[in-house]
Amino acid sequence: MLKDVTIGQYYPTGSVIHKLDPRTKILFTTAFVVMLFFLNNLWGYLATFLILATITLLSKIPMGYIIRGIKGLVLIIMLTVVLNLFMTPGTVVATLGPLTVTLEGLKVATYMALRLIFLVVGTSIMTLTTSPIDLTDGMEWCMRYIPFVRRYAHELAMMMSIALRFIPTLMEETERIMKAQKARGANFETGNIISRAKNLIPILIPLFISAFRRADELATAMEARCYRGGENRTRMKQLAFEFRDGASLVLMFLMIVGLYLTTWIQIPLLFPV
Amino acid sequence: MSVEIKNLSHTYSEGSPFEFKALKDINLTIEDGSFIGIIGHTGSGKSTLIQHLNGLLTPTSGTVLVDGKDIFETKKTELIQLRHQIGLVFQYPEHQLFEETVQKDVAFGPRNQGLTEDEIDQRVRQSIKMVGLDFDAIKDKSPFELSGGQMRRVAIAGVLAMEPAVLILDEPTAGLDPRGREEILAQIKSLHRQKQITVILVSHSMEDIGKMVDKILVMNEGEVVFYDTPNRVFTEISTLERIGLAVPEVTYLMRRLKDKYPEIREDIFTVEAAKKEILKVIRG
Repeated sequence: MLKDVTIGQYYPTGSVIHKLDPRTKILFTTAFVVMLFFLNNLWGYLATFLILATITLLSKIPMGYIIRGIKGLVLIIMLTVVLNLFMTPGTVVATLGPLTVTLEGLKVATYMALRLIFLVVGTSIMTLTTSPIDLTDGMEWCMRYIPFVRRYAHELAMMMSIALRFIPTLMEETERIMKAQKARGANFETGNIISRAKNLIPILIPLFISAFRRADELATAMEARCYRGGENRTRMKQLAFEFRDGASLVLMFLMIVGLYLTTWIQIPLLFPV
Repeated sequence: MSVEIKNLSHTYSEGSPFEFKALKDINLTIEDGSFIGIIGHTGSGKSTLIQHLNGLLTPTSGTVLVDGKDIFETKKTELIQLRHQIGLVFQYPEHQLFEETVQKDVAFGPRNQGLTEDEIDQRVRQSIKMVGLDFDAIKDKSPFELSGGQMRRVAIAGVLAMEPAVLILDEPTAGLDPRGREEILAQIKSLHRQKQITVILVSHSMEDIGKMVDKILVMNEGEVVFYDTPNRVFTEISTLERIGLAVPEVTYLMRRLKDKYPEIREDIFTVEAAKKEILKVIRG
């Protein structure tokens, strides 16, 4: 059950995409996410799909793994689709009792669903191909160029890497505690919503206690090794911007421009312009 | 309750790059009322194996029969009933404590069994006494203000209070001082004697289990290496050492003594028995 969560997970395959500098990947993902919201016709989404498919193939990550990441969002996507489908005013194409489906609604719903799916797929490709340490190193570098955030760049990055580092640990811990309580006859599988919520107490309390204990131990361990924040701290592994990063940055720039250009296409695809 | 394990295999994260075969085709029978020790290196599959016995993990293939009944073929509610019968004490069980008071925490299991308040109270008293704690002194304390050893005992009491017919303990002495270790092991042993229940004890230490159990199950890389009486298992020193285990120190001593006194017995693994044997041989 908990094993199905793939967000934030790293999937090592050693592919070209994995070897890219994290900064390149972060920049592209950010530009890509922003671009997603500019797209206004299906050509753009088609192009997005092709780009993502190519990157996925290059990354050698099994499709099933990426699709599993979307599964968790099915509910949100469905909700968005249903709301947009029935709530958008415009030319009516079908009526279902009190509900009406409009052409505009159909369009908005399709776009929103695609947008959400591509958003999740795009960002999970980044986390799947970048080890947490690389990712936070890249983030730290990027944050140094944001005013106000700059001062806390290292601390924020450290917090992020600790959080990422502890996701699997806490998951494991949750599963362990759940099993221990199940062994004591706790029942998490049946019952109404209130009794189910009540049944969470025997999991949550031990989980919080262990999280605090771990935080405490980690802080002590860090202090014992003289950690005192980002000041004057050097790295063992420096991020290195190589030829392939330059090349891929150019390619990525072209892709983003290409995506932007699709918004000018006047030929209708499925929906009128 | 007899437990029969048939062709049991378990693979973690099947189909991902983290795939790991934890158990490979395990077959064994645990007789009613016996005391079994499971020993093996870290990652040999001990913990995975015991979590199948009460259906917390579902096997990749194979099955477990409890009193002849396939536990993975039964309904969910029946499986929950079964967990009342097969008590499992996890590693570091003190991490599962959550209630405000010791009394309430120990009562969690029996309460889930749907017993009456009187029965619950009686069982809580009994099980706290069984693990060697003073009920009146401790019942209203928060489990989190206890010492590590006391917490461990309270957690074990929480499982004992369910009065299981099979008690499984996963390294109950890990991280305790020698005295706490001795005490907990002695209590487990007397519990086995008094209540005639089946006990399965997972441990790293040959010394600990060698003197207590009827049979030792030695595991390595998800497979059963030996499943026999301690006497027989401890004679297989070379195989045990190859898989990273050792026999009790005193057995090594007896081995060395054999060079000098060929008539001395080797299959000895407690200091007491060694003393007797040495005296017997030396005095002729």
